[in-house]
Parts: sequence; structure tokens; C-alpha cells
Amino acid sequence: MNSQLMRWLRLLSMLGFFAVPTLVVAQLTRSQQEEWLHTPAVTSHVGDITGDANSGRVKGDYRRYCVGCHGELGDGNGEVAQWLDPPMWPKPRDFQLAIFKCRSTPTGTLPTDEDLYDTIGRGLDRSAMPIWNVFTKQQRVDLVAWIKHFSPRWQTEKAGTPIQIPSEPEVTADRIKAGQDVFARVQCWKCHGVTGEANGPSAATLTDDQGRPIAPFNFTDGSRPKCGSTDQDIYRIFMTGLDGTPMPSFADNIKPDEAWDLVFYLRTLQPHNEFNGREREIAKQIGLKPLNALKLSQ
Amino acid sequence: MNAHHPQKFAAAMLVAILICIGAVLVGPKVNAAADGTITGSVKLNGTAPHMKGIDMSKDPYCVKANANNAPKLENVVVGSGGGLENVVLYISEGLTSPTESTAVQVFNQKNCMYSPHVLAMDVGETFKVETSDNTAHNIHPNPNPMTGNIPWNQSQPPGAPPVEKSWKAPEFIEVKCNIHPWMHGWFAVVKGPYATTDADGNYTIKDVPAGNYTVTAWQEVYGKQTQKVTVAAGGSAKADFTFQAK
Repeated sequence: MNSQLMRWLRLLSMLGFFAVPTLVVAQLTRSQQEEWLHTPAVTSHVGDITGDANSGRVKGDYRRYCVGCHGELGDGNGEVAQWLDPPMWPKPRDFQLAIFKCRSTPTGTLPTDEDLYDTIGRGLDRSAMPIWNVFTKQQRVDLVAWIKHFSPRWQTEKAGTPIQIPSEPEVTADRIKAGQDVFARVQCWKCHGVTGEANGPSAATLTDDQGRPIAPFNFTDGSRPKCGSTDQDIYRIFMTGLDGTPMPSFADNIKPDEAWDLVFYLRTLQPHNEFNGREREIAKQIGLKPLNALKLSQ
Repeated sequence: MNAHHPQKFAAAMLVAILICIGAVLVGPKVNAAADGTITGSVKLNGTAPHMKGIDMSKDPYCVKANANNAPKLENVVVGSGGGLENVVLYISEGLTSPTESTAVQVFNQKNCMYSPHVLAMDVGETFKVETSDNTAHNIHPNPNPMTGNIPWNQSQPPGAPPVEKSWKAPEFIEVKCNIHPWMHGWFAVVKGPYATTDADGNYTIKDVPAGNYTVTAWQEVYGKQTQKVTVAAGGSAKADFTFQAK
């Protein structure tokens, strides 16, 4: 009797032994990540500051400030993540997949160290990600290195080559009008709406790469764009796309000069802010009207 | 040693060189001549599931483009005699050398649908994404980046130039357009020669070197089935598959 029970127990423990490796394949383990921590790929450079993922302090910073949302394994499954409900509260970034919205690099490539550094310092408007300006520069650069040890992608891929942004031309009425034509031609309004109110015909059905609901940017309610508010930031956003979201890259379909026209037009859709005084003034002078939705959809 | 027999040495070298040249010239040709095929058909047993009609009313262009037909979802497309369309067939085991494909296939956005619904391709093979539509699409494949295939997302407004891409690893990758949420297709990335079933469920995998193989049939709803086949040099092996309707 007893020996038969023992045999069963042995069999069960053997099954357990084989079950464990299958789980390991499905998900990254902490020990894999610990190995990557000591590889040359897991470092960072922003300006003349070099980040160190083994600085001792960075582990403490991540534990204290980041782990609640982004999780011990960087998979975006921290304790708090369950309480964040998209589209109002986007889920925390999964550093294992290493797909990032805010990049200076083309769609489908890893961001630069500076891109990640900027996101930490800037925070992400309309999300639970605050502006981490309490950190010193060194702390932020260290965190960039730390973020990289969560994903195997940094071991095999290099960051993409940042897109070239030509110097900003002067805002003119012609450029704003040309920008409106670009807005109509590439059909930004399908999601963002003809007036930029995030109410285009496709707005309601948008989902991110994980199938979660996501809203397009509303230009009219005073929101700050997630990846930065300057003219250069806006240019970069539509020319690189926000990977992981429905926002595609327009790099193949908008020429650099036209891209500036579009930036100037988008400025006219926003309520007054520190960047768009000139654009709004010109739009008023020329009596710029929103696009005609009915005409566009024919 | 050879200094005493210079002619013998030269002759031996000449023979060696000729053998090398011969091997280079003849080697690939022998293979090409011996390439065989795997053919067969894929059928669905049972009642095909109902494919929902698509409401395209949010984009009047799409409605107009489909004025003469009622667009439906394409997850299961059954032709005459129960033939199952859009099934991908490939060699999952037994290939010894990599294949080289030079054809550039096209994945088109036409009438707010993907054509073809499933595009099979070899790892590393270049393909083109085109648009025939007078409405904006975004082409957004969503592979698992852990495989080595990295997701990307590009706009294709009317008149957009083709996007040329390839994939690094075998994977069945879902493709969608966020602007038109009903648009849904697949990039079926496999290693080696492949085929996709036609409207009657028939297929032929070409350029298969002689050998023993496992052939896999993949369908997006019903999953995978496998069969073992033997392809003789220049010969043709047969493998028919039947999926059971759920």
C-alpha cells in the first residue's frame, strides 16, 4: 500500500520536474535577466553621462519608484497594473517586449537611449506615468540601462537610426493651408476627426497591440501629446509613429517639407498654448475653416 | 618529393582542379533537376461555419467599393466540394538545406479587404504591401517580438508607394488595419518551400528536393495537421488533409 503511494508521489514529482522547464520557455526568467545585466549591451549613454545598470542605486530606484507598475520582471504587471483601465489609464509599458511609443527612430526599431531618457523625464500625459524630474540626470541614465536588461531584444538588436528633422522653416499662411491639404490627403481625420477632436469615424474602434481600447489624440482639449509638445516632437510623432498603438509612421508618405506644413496646421487645432501663438494668429487672419467631413468621405 | 616527378604532380593538380570545378558546376544542377513536388487537397468535413457579413458603413468609400458584393469575414472559406481555401502547406521537418526564393509577392489592400487573405512566405523572403484603394489604410502586423519578428505600423494613404518588408523567423503573424477594424489577414512565415490552397482547396508545393518530410497544413481557425511523405528525385508525393468543422 505504502510503496504504491510512494510510486505515485514519485511520478507526480517527476511530472512537476518536466512541467517547470515548459513554463520557463514561455516566459523570461529573472535569472536570464540577471545574466543580461552584465552584458555590454546593457549600458546607456546620454550626452556625456554613461548609465550603469549595476550601480547598486539603480536597483533601489527601480524597486522604489517603478516596480509598482512595471513589475519585478519589467513585464508591466506590477501590483498597480490591474487597477489601470484603458483607454483612460493605459497599461504600464512591457519592457520585455521593448516596444516603445516615443522614439526618434523608425517604426519597428528600438529607441535610442536619449528617447528613453526623455520619456522618463517628460512622463506620459493622460497616463499613470508621472514626470520623473525628481531624479538626477545620472539616475535617469542609469534607469535607461536598467530598462534594457529586461528584454532579450537589446542583446541582438541595435537602436534604430534617428530620423532627420530639417531645421524649422518660418510659419506662413501658405504653409498652414498646405498643411491642411496634407491632413486631408493622408487622412489624419479618420481617427483624429476633421477638427482634431479625436472623433473621426475610426476613433471608437481603435485598439492597441494587446487588443486594449485606446483613444486618438485630441488636439482641442489642451492635452499634451504623449511624446512631447515642441514642434520637433510633433514632427517626430507622425514621422516615426507610436509603436504598439494604432498611430502609424507616415515617413513614406509625407515629405520633410510637407511635414513642417502639417505641424503648423496641427498647431491651429490646439487651444492657445506656449507654442502656437503665431499659427493661431495667421489662421484667424486668413479665416481658416475646418475640413468638410462630408466632402472628404465621398 | 614532388620535385622529382614534376609531371605527375601537375597531372594530379589538374585532376584535382577539374574535380573542384566539376563539383561547383554540377552540384546545384543535380539538385535542381531532381526537385519534386508535394500536391494534394485540403477539405473541410462538416458544415462550414457562418461567416458574418461586414458592416463598412463607417467608410463610405468601402461601402461603394463593395456595392456589387456582400463582403464577409474570410476566416473559413469553403469552395466547391468542401475544398478549404487559404490553408498554408509547408515542410515542417526534413529539410536539410535552406531554399532561396526570388519571387516578390504582393499583399494588396483592395476594396477595404486584404488580397490575399493569407500570404505565405519563406523566412527572409521580400514581399510588398500595396494599396489599390482610394481611402487611407494603415498596415499593422503584430508578431511576437521575442521570435525576432518586430512589429511595425505604416500608413498607406491613397497612392502610397509599396512597402517592402521581410520577416526573420517562422511565425503566423496577424495583420490588421486600425482604421478599418474588420480588415484582418495573415503573413504565414515558414522555412522552405510552401503553398497556399486555391479556391477548390488544391495545392502544390514546388521545388522540393528528394527526401522524407513532414508536411504541415495550417488553417487560421482549425490549427495544424501533419503528414509524413517521401519525395523521390523529380517525383511527386501526395498529401490530402481534412479538417473537422467545429
